[in-house]
Amino acid sequence: MPHNIYIYIAVMALTIFLIRVLPLTLIRKKIKNKTLRSFLFYVPYVTLAVMTFPAIIYSTGSIYSGILALVTGVILAYKGVSLFGVAVSSCGVAFVVEMLIKYL
Amino acid sequence: MRDGIPIALGYLAVGFTLGIAARDAGANAFQTFWAAALTLASAGGYAGFNVIKENGTYLEMFITMLVVNARYLLMSFALSQKLSQKTHTLHRMVLGFGVTDEIFGISSAVKGELNPFYNYGAMSLAIPAWASGAALGVIIGNALPEIVASALSVGIFGMFLAIIIPPAKQNKVIMGGVIASFVLSFVFSVLPIIKNNISSGMQVIILTVLISLILAFIFPVKEDEDAT
Repeated sequence: MPHNIYIYIAVMALTIFLIRVLPLTLIRKKIKNKTLRSFLFYVPYVTLAVMTFPAIIYSTGSIYSGILALVTGVILAYKGVSLFGVAVSSCGVAFVVEMLIKYL
Repeated sequence: MRDGIPIALGYLAVGFTLGIAARDAGANAFQTFWAAALTLASAGGYAGFNVIKENGTYLEMFITMLVVNARYLLMSFALSQKLSQKTHTLHRMVLGFGVTDEIFGISSAVKGELNPFYNYGAMSLAIPAWASGAALGVIIGNALPEIVASALSVGIFGMFLAIIIPPAKQNKVIMGGVIASFVLSFVFSVLPIIKNNISSGMQVIILTVLISLILAFIFPVKEDEDAT
């Protein structure tokens, strides 16, 4: 059964709103539990890494452009290039490689 | 508000790549505009459109949002310590609505107590930029040749790399966690028994909780170290 996109969006918005607002409004003490704090500390890095790979290599027309875009992104991010710079450079590399594959 | 300008510019461009993902999921510009404006989340938005694309259940959407956006819980916790005790609940709610990685970044760098209006200034530029960027991604993304759209779709991943790699360079545990995530996520994507039975959105949740829990038990974070 297809789902309604507006309900999807409502679920997204409401869940994110509660995540952001509940700690600010309800809990005013610091979290004491060390494991919970550590878990919350690692979550963003792990989840972004899991979402990035291998999805990035399947996101383009060929896996070669995806792999090179990934390598470019990792190197530039490692060198401290800004968020915007890394995103644009990865796109640029993917585009050039796709063009080469198509027209060579 | 001035601190919001570079954020807004970045959001306009990155929002565009979210729009491409939204278009892939079958969303139109109007829906994408509101999804972006109401969620203000890049990873969260991307994960959300993934669930939509796969026609996942509403429960799956709810759990995905909880897991992918769990970091905002921590950021809001951190910001709650910077607010004056007297800050009105309404201010706390509006401020909370606008907690993104970047806005959290600039507002946690404010010296002393945080005035909610500092955040409102940044939000007033960043939110319209983000939502229109995403809507433009859907509109122009439709008109773009396949090859350009496909190249632009890696932009969001480039942004994720820019968020996770610099801290990984500083912290060996994060580095190990990122590498383990890459490897396990790849394994999950090729193992037939997992690939055929568990949606990719669910895989993200399972791997995130599993890897983060293991890291938390083996390498508990010391006090103050998590004040990113």
